[in-house]
Amino acid sequence: MNIVVCVKQTPDTAATVTVENGKVTWGDAPLVLNPWDEFAVEQSLRIKEAHGGKVTVISLGLEGAREALKQALAMGCDEAILLQDPSFAAADTLVASAALAAALRKLDPLDLALFGRTSVDSDTGVTAAQVARRLGWPSLTLVAAVVAVDPQGRTIEVERMLEEGRQQVRAQLPAVVSVVKEIGEPRYPSFMGIRKASKAEIPTWSAADMGLQAPSPAVTWPALIAPPRVNTHCEMISADSPGEAAAQLVQRLMEEKVL
Amino acid sequence: MEFRISDEQEMVVRMVRDFGQKEVLPIIREWDRRQEMAPQILPRMAELGILGICVPERYGGQGFDYLTLGLVCEELEAVDSTLRVVMSVHMGLNSLALLQWGTETQRQAFLVPQARGEKIAGFGLTEPGVGSDVAAMASTARRQGEDYLLNGEKMWISLATKAHHILWFARTDLGSAGDPHDGISAFLLETDRPGVTRGDIHGKLGVRAGSTGWVHCQDVRLPAANRLGEEGEGFRIAMSCLDNGRYTVAAGATGLIRASLDASLRYANERRAFGRSISGFQLIQQKLAVMVQSYEAARLLYLRAGWMKNAGLRNTRETSLAKWYATDASFAAASEAIQIHGAYGYSDEYDVERYLRNSRGAMIYEGTSEIHQLMQAGYALGTRKDAQLRCELPAYDPTYWRAPGSAPAGRRTT
Amino acid sequence: MMADRIFVYIDHHLGEAVVASWEALYAASTIAASMSSGVTALVVGDGVRSLAEEAIAHGASAAVVRESPSLKDFRPELYADVVSGVLKESRPEVLVLPTTGRTRELGAMVAVDLDTGVTPDAIALEVEESAVVATRPIYAGKLLTKEVSRTRRPQIVMVRSRAFPRPTPDTARKGPVDVAAVTPGASATEVLGYRASDGGVSLTDASVIVSGGRGVSNNGRLTPPPEITDEKQQEIWRAHQGFELIRQMASVLGAAVGASRAAVDAGYIPYSNQVGQTGKVVAPDLYIACGISGAIQHLAGMRTSKTIVAINKDPEAPIFKLARFGIVGDLYEIVPALTEAFRTQLGK
Repeated sequence: MNIVVCVKQTPDTAATVTVENGKVTWGDAPLVLNPWDEFAVEQSLRIKEAHGGKVTVISLGLEGAREALKQALAMGCDEAILLQDPSFAAADTLVASAALAAALRKLDPLDLALFGRTSVDSDTGVTAAQVARRLGWPSLTLVAAVVAVDPQGRTIEVERMLEEGRQQVRAQLPAVVSVVKEIGEPRYPSFMGIRKASKAEIPTWSAADMGLQAPSPAVTWPALIAPPRVNTHCEMISADSPGEAAAQLVQRLMEEKVL
Repeated sequence: MEFRISDEQEMVVRMVRDFGQKEVLPIIREWDRRQEMAPQILPRMAELGILGICVPERYGGQGFDYLTLGLVCEELEAVDSTLRVVMSVHMGLNSLALLQWGTETQRQAFLVPQARGEKIAGFGLTEPGVGSDVAAMASTARRQGEDYLLNGEKMWISLATKAHHILWFARTDLGSAGDPHDGISAFLLETDRPGVTRGDIHGKLGVRAGSTGWVHCQDVRLPAANRLGEEGEGFRIAMSCLDNGRYTVAAGATGLIRASLDASLRYANERRAFGRSISGFQLIQQKLAVMVQSYEAARLLYLRAGWMKNAGLRNTRETSLAKWYATDASFAAASEAIQIHGAYGYSDEYDVERYLRNSRGAMIYEGTSEIHQLMQAGYALGTRKDAQLRCELPAYDPTYWRAPGSAPAGRRTT
Repeated sequence: MMADRIFVYIDHHLGEAVVASWEALYAASTIAASMSSGVTALVVGDGVRSLAEEAIAHGASAAVVRESPSLKDFRPELYADVVSGVLKESRPEVLVLPTTGRTRELGAMVAVDLDTGVTPDAIALEVEESAVVATRPIYAGKLLTKEVSRTRRPQIVMVRSRAFPRPTPDTARKGPVDVAAVTPGASATEVLGYRASDGGVSLTDASVIVSGGRGVSNNGRLTPPPEITDEKQQEIWRAHQGFELIRQMASVLGAAVGASRAAVDAGYIPYSNQVGQTGKVVAPDLYIACGISGAIQHLAGMRTSKTIVAINKDPEAPIFKLARFGIVGDLYEIVPALTEAFRTQLGK
């Protein structure tokens, strides 16, 4: 099976993120492999282990994204490719999905493209479905379990997490899959993997390399807001009856967009 | 001079840290209270290849260097000292001795399964009546034809009841004429030989989630092929083993200082008194500053020792200095960490009391702090000189360490 | 065709609308005025005509329904084909959707079809120079960003659940409903079935946690059954009643149940529920502490929660210093009252 897993490098989730000079900054907190993508890498490796084949990890990013690619290689991916081009700067999901789809076309024939459900920075959760749409492949997002893969019959059966419960779906390959945490704990990189990864040659593909004229982004971000530090002043809710107090609290929670 | 670890070493550090945080930290308090070693610790460390981290691939290891061994020990002890104790005896004291002194046959028979984590290794030097005064050991190994007959008891042996192989030291020269230092030999003892009995010791102040015990040999028959090095070389072998064991202790104690510091920073930022965060009080800040100072100094000292091992340079003095400094400092750091935590530091609800109890042992084993002070004064005064050894710990050579050779490394396919 | 410039997609599961769809209608109505437009509801599925009427009752001025038996189960490719087709014909300025697992895929695909931007999880909308500027959280809500498709049309905006209120339905409202059958193409996906989710919410993953402390056993008015004679067992029995109230609130909120060390040590609830220094460290969006005093080692486990609500009989309880909202009262009265209020608000 020929599998591609798409990953992103993001700041560590424990980092303190603020706005400085109109830009997001995380100080000297480390950049890591997007935690959701670790689950995608894990699932890719499990499918490869079960059915044989190859896992290629790709990432749209800057030079630093090589670290995230190396982490994926150390976990066991076979090859890594960095997608980098000036036209990818200030990318919105339209641009990102176009670039990733172009890379997948270049890597075709493929059986599966895996994604984490979302990235912890921009957190849109739409890229996987957009890549699927561009390629004309089925989109299977929010996958909590891969029930069966049939490489000969060219199908995959998954269980997806919806708000209302679990949905079982079967789709033809090649397909795009995005995974959630329930898919299973990601493995640690092995020591052998770490050694291979640190020596690995990671080629860079530009837009031209992929025969892509990158679209211009549709979305812009006019302002970044750091929510004000909530003061530790506690708002006490008091009323004549428990019912009234409860109603007041719920209203305040709705107003503060807590729920 | 580069004061930076490599990207590869960074990845190893991160992996070991993740393992400790995810799999050991959540359960360690419970096992420390039980005074038992959690059963999954050794198999997991074996499975992940940690038990063979710096052994050449051709001998079943992972092919990393001695610096990486130190870095791994720092990470392990930052979670709990018992994890690092495993590395000290299995790798530092036993496996590296096989690399330094073992014949090819002995390496294949003992080092390979140890590096793969298939067998657990221990170190049998200390006796009920013999600690610092190694030369006075009472255990004997009587030559009988092609065999030796081992008799004696070793005590305070880490992994006593878990080890498959123990590097056992005993007196082979039973006459009273020669220098006792020259009458000791080293043996590779399989613990399943008839006559070997073992037991656990409980009631220790610290390292409670570990395994410490005694091993007794009653007429244990051992082929001469199991002798490590030449007859009479045992004392020198033991001292060279300690160079490597102490190195892991130094690195681990550094991790313990870091753990005390991190816990103290966290608590100081949370706790309020007199209307403000206690992190604003100068006496608290002083404690934190001292912890930072001792952490950085301890780290540089053990990294230097590791660098020297990589370069094939004799490092007895530097390793002794690192061990003495780091272990004393880790005890002080843990004590201050408890003080910062106030009454909560006195309860096992927080980790710092465990750090204190764990740190105290390291000031005693692998050379008491007093022994190290005597060593350092000896070096400084010129009364102590390191004699050339017949076998030196090989310098780290990535080509040699990472060539596959005859023994495929690791048990997992990933 | 409808002249409205704002369309709202009504998300449903097998024909039953999700509450968030009505919130999306409300959100659309807030921008409709500044765009001098009505709001048209867009319903796609099989046998979903009644959703059109419901949408109009909730504030839509008109509705478009596109049906086919092969659209009974939601499949993004087929639904996107239909929605993109409708939008290409009607050319609205804005498409508003609620944010659900389904609509994230749908909005994503329609955006690709129409070469426009898609903005999920919007918590606020404003109109600026005839463009809809959405505010959405990024970096796990540590920051907010404004986002806008300045030139591309339609703008596709998905509003986050509960970011907007639900309009009160008025069943007397009527409006034009355009119903038509569609013939979707073949699909490479087949829905095999559905089943309920496994188990409860895990503490460490939960975005809402309701926790109980020692105070849950504090109810002198409760009489244990006569067969329980031991005082300690009676106390535990009372605590179980208290935790049952907490469980009910958690169930309505889709929350996990937590506990303080005091409650665990006293035997009220298993250790796996413990939040704190020796238990789990959690960082939910909402932490509701019932009968918890707020000792430092409990706070160590939950202090980074986004919003903390404290319910305690003691007005001096330390937890009030950390809480955003507090109610001084008997949790046996407040908790059930809150559960009811949540139930009403969330339409459960």
